[in-house]
Amino acid sequence: MKRRQFIQNSTAATALLGLSGLGLQSFASETKKITILHTNDVHSHIDPFGPDHKRNANKGGVARRATLVESIRKENPNTLLLDAGDIFQGTPYFNYYGGELEFKLMSMLKYDLATIGNHDFDNGIDGLYAQLPHAKFEFVSANYDFSNTVMDTHVKPYKVFVKNGIKIGVFGLGIQLDGLVSKNMYKETVYNDPIEIAQDMSRILKEEHSCDLIICLSHIGYNYKNHPDRVSDLKLAKTTKDIDLIIGGHTHTFLPKPTIEKNSVDKNVLVNQVGAYGLYLGKIDFYFESGKEVKSNGATIIV
Amino acid sequence: MTIKHLLKLCFLIFIFSCNNDKTLTKIEGKRIEINEDIASDSVIEAYIKPYRENVNKNLDSVISYAPETYSKSDGELNTAIGNLMADAVFEESNTIFQKRTGKTIDFVLLNHGGIRSIISKGNLTSRTAYEVMPFENSVVVVALKGEQVMEMMEYLSRAKRPHPVSKQLQLTLEKDFEFKSATVNGKPIDENAIYHVATNDYLYSGGDRMVFFHPNDSLYVLDYKIRNVLIDYFKKYDTINPQKDNRFIKLSN
Repeated sequence: MKRRQFIQNSTAATALLGLSGLGLQSFASETKKITILHTNDVHSHIDPFGPDHKRNANKGGVARRATLVESIRKENPNTLLLDAGDIFQGTPYFNYYGGELEFKLMSMLKYDLATIGNHDFDNGIDGLYAQLPHAKFEFVSANYDFSNTVMDTHVKPYKVFVKNGIKIGVFGLGIQLDGLVSKNMYKETVYNDPIEIAQDMSRILKEEHSCDLIICLSHIGYNYKNHPDRVSDLKLAKTTKDIDLIIGGHTHTFLPKPTIEKNSVDKNVLVNQVGAYGLYLGKIDFYFESGKEVKSNGATIIV
Repeated sequence: MTIKHLLKLCFLIFIFSCNNDKTLTKIEGKRIEINEDIASDSVIEAYIKPYRENVNKNLDSVISYAPETYSKSDGELNTAIGNLMADAVFEESNTIFQKRTGKTIDFVLLNHGGIRSIISKGNLTSRTAYEVMPFENSVVVVALKGEQVMEMMEYLSRAKRPHPVSKQLQLTLEKDFEFKSATVNGKPIDENAIYHVATNDYLYSGGDRMVFFHPNDSLYVLDYKIRNVLIDYFKKYDTINPQKDNRFIKLSN
């Protein structure tokens, strides 16, 4: 009994010591930096484009991306690497290996999370499922209901990361499959309205998980000028709240810099997309400071 | 107050202070181009290498031979390369279609723009098929009424392009491109009969403004990529023998 008492006392003392240590740190106005790296619509482009390509000569390449990601991680270990879908289809690597190499390489690059694009169904939902053992990263999609498919339990609506004490919630959104993908490919996958789901997700991540940063990993497309009624990243940004960053895909939109939109409560949301084929890596740095008061107009944005 | 209580209190204070402490003050965003200035990671490069070599070996292994060079521009209303593609789609798809449905394909229509490369004289490989057909389009069979087949003939006469058709169709235009006559398997088109036309899913969805595929009696999706049709066709013949012929012509006087 005496011994137990001693252990409890010492544990409490350690906890107090640790707490005071943390307390001291946090009151000394410390800056925490979270780096979000992202790709989208890489479409099996593993090798760089050849020197004779008309548009993208000598650009892209997974091995170069690996070097870049590694150097950024060295500079800031509090980095997440995300992909917004359409990993599959576009070079013979996919036709020969069905996405195996794409997933293996993404695992070697230590991708943290990806969402599912329409082309990821190109070998059917069974073809996607078959490649899952090669992926060491997870998939999120909040508006695809996979309950009645082989993908059930393999895709989560969201994932929460903690990096240097900062809670980062990431949820996924996918595009309407009907009309884009044959039914016999996506089978019993149910598509739900992205806006409604995004509102649920941001509430859960903000209120239930107290996330400091909320990111939407989207494959619904940046903007549809000729179809203003169609749901898109810009529309999503304007009609929701509490999302800090929307990382998009599908429309192969090469944004020279992230777009800043106002959300439903007039706060800033960043929307970014880096085109396709692994030609670019998106990099968004979020700086958190302790002991500072929240400014009414939110964080300073430099793009 | 027990130690347990104290600990709980400490944690509460800790969590509370943390939430107050993290204020997002600045965001910086940019994109970084992946180009030759960035060295390749040697581990990743070495990992890709055997896959690349295997793909290249497969793509470059010889499966047939082309006695001439064939281009989509060497013919006014039909070309050797287009005829080859349409006949290959008929030959390879009809076997599958018959097995699955007991029905027979009447003829094939593809699009001239869908021939993406020449076939060069010499050895044929799977890479040739990837070059000619880099897209993922696949074969569908549509059950069409004779009157829609007639609309198709009108379309072909207006398009004035060598859209590939298989040899079961014979279409003749007047010298001013007006429709003259058309037969399927040697018989005139019956407006009330049902024809099973094989095409690709792109055209079926209205590509190249081929709107005559809708409405239709039935659609049969074969899940057979045009590229794989070509690969299978090449593998079947030691030497291909595409010919320009009279399946789609215009009178000269």
